[in-house]
Amino acid sequence: MKPPRFRYCSPRILDEALVLLDQYGEEIKILAGGQSFVPLLNMRLAAPAYIVDINHISELHYFETEPDYLAIGAIARQRQVERSVLVQEKHPLLVEVIKHIGHMQIRNRGTVVGSIAHADPAAELPALLTCLDGEVLAQSMHGERVIKAKDFFAGYLSTTLEAGELLTEVRFPWLARQAGWSFIEFARRAGDYALVGAMAVLTPALDDTCMSANIAYFGVAGSPIRARAVEQVLIGTQLDAHTLDAAAGAARDVVGEDMQDVHATVEYRRELASELTRRVLKQAWARREQLEGAQ
Amino acid sequence: MRERDDDLSQCVEECEIAVTVNGNRHEHTVPVRLLLSDFLRHELHLTGTHVGCEQGVCGCCTVLFNGEAVRACLMFAVQADGMAITTIEGMAGVNSELHPIQQAFREKHGLQCGFCTPGIIMSVHAMLHEHPDPTEEEIRHELSGNLCRCTGYQNIVEAVKLAAERLRLQHMEVE
Ligand SMILES: Cc1cc2nc3c(=O)[nH]c(=O)nc-3n(C[C@H](O)[C@H](O)[C@H](O)COP(=O)(O)OP(=O)(O)OC[C@H]3O[C@@H](n4cnc5c(N)ncnc54)[C@H](O)[C@@H]3O)c2cc1C
Ligand code: FES
Ligand code: FES
Repeated sequence: MKPPRFRYCSPRILDEALVLLDQYGEEIKILAGGQSFVPLLNMRLAAPAYIVDINHISELHYFETEPDYLAIGAIARQRQVERSVLVQEKHPLLVEVIKHIGHMQIRNRGTVVGSIAHADPAAELPALLTCLDGEVLAQSMHGERVIKAKDFFAGYLSTTLEAGELLTEVRFPWLARQAGWSFIEFARRAGDYALVGAMAVLTPALDDTCMSANIAYFGVAGSPIRARAVEQVLIGTQLDAHTLDAAAGAARDVVGEDMQDVHATVEYRRELASELTRRVLKQAWARREQLEGAQ
Repeated sequence: MRERDDDLSQCVEECEIAVTVNGNRHEHTVPVRLLLSDFLRHELHLTGTHVGCEQGVCGCCTVLFNGEAVRACLMFAVQADGMAITTIEGMAGVNSELHPIQQAFREKHGLQCGFCTPGIIMSVHAMLHEHPDPTEEEIRHELSGNLCRCTGYQNIVEAVKLAAERLRLQHMEVE
């Protein structure tokens, strides 16, 4: 249970980190909060020759409001974002989601970007990014690219990030003012990874029918899932009982055939996905802001 | 953000560090793969910080890192360079009188074997600093990051309530 030998560096400047990443390619790994990576080292499931610690790159320590999204730099801790009065006010869904990650001791070190990079299918933040159609900024010695959430997560603990690239920022889009949201997860013990989690953002139109719906799940497949089929059921409705039944039924299909493990069977996860769908939809719709002129 | 003094822009296998632990400065040369928990226990002989799982789950290695509760088993000693750490050994006063949190655990029987206790005390310390007057639900929630195999938690919760009350009184007297 001790990490294997490696060589370590901890540059203060992003460019220096990018040079090192370029130089060592597949042999080097990035250390952010270490809350997922160090357990992997301790269990010897990872044994990189080099580790670049990004915790001292102060230019990556920020979160900023942009017109369309909240931008979070690579070493902003989960707890800093959670405690920020600004984020609590402007992105309450993000705060609610972060509160469900592990325990306060984990969030004190764990970074928001690290959780996205780690791409655990049972993690909350990758699902939120998927739900909101967010994006990440990846930088390397050779330039930068913006990657949409749907093109970023590539299965169990995998992303489309390439060797030499560092995620410098993640972007969580704002919700429409009138949108209602809800996030619910089911875990056996407080702070555990959830068996299944669901979230919904529902935006009403002027006539108070559902104009747009963003529904996502985690713990149901190798990557977070955006459930277009469930969303389609809701558009144009007022989420009456019949619609909720149809949505809850459609939600069963988001659970992959292979999601059977010691924690739960596929059938159990389907039941959870279905019930959580009902609950997040009811709550999100109840929280919407009805526009003027709506009956 | 705190900064270290030395340059680590190139890869090394060993590193000189200067860490302040419980107010005392320690200078050591450590291999970079040395965990902070092992540094505290084996190099500084501060064995009050316990090690149960080394994967961040059990919480008994919890220490304060620049005032915040963190898992010492998920950090490397080199990462503590230039930083301030508080362990359970730093809790009692100069004449070894127990800290009010320790005293409350003793009076309320908030421990049996004591293996989990150092980590719990450090977590509670951080919790009460942020929320001096937590509800029982908040206490239980914040304790979720520390496992105890003996007590069933009931007396731990009672001890935290008592400690919170006494610390609040203490602060009122100071002010
Ligand atoms: C007891 C415990 C409970 C937990 N419970 C939960 C939970 O309920 N939900 C949850 O989501 N997570 C949970 N976690 C994990 C935690 O959220 C981690 O903080 C998070 O998954 C990773 O963030 P990190 O900053 O610690 O990254 P690290 O552990 O440092 O890195 C994780 C991975 O991402 C890569 N990486 C990190 N930053 C970058 C970057 N900027 N660019 C490219 N690659 C990068 C690393 O190389 C590594 O492969 C738990 C962890 C523990 C120990
Ligand atoms: S030893 Fe660090 S959490 Fe268990
Ligand atoms: S007192 Fe024995 S583990 Fe908590």
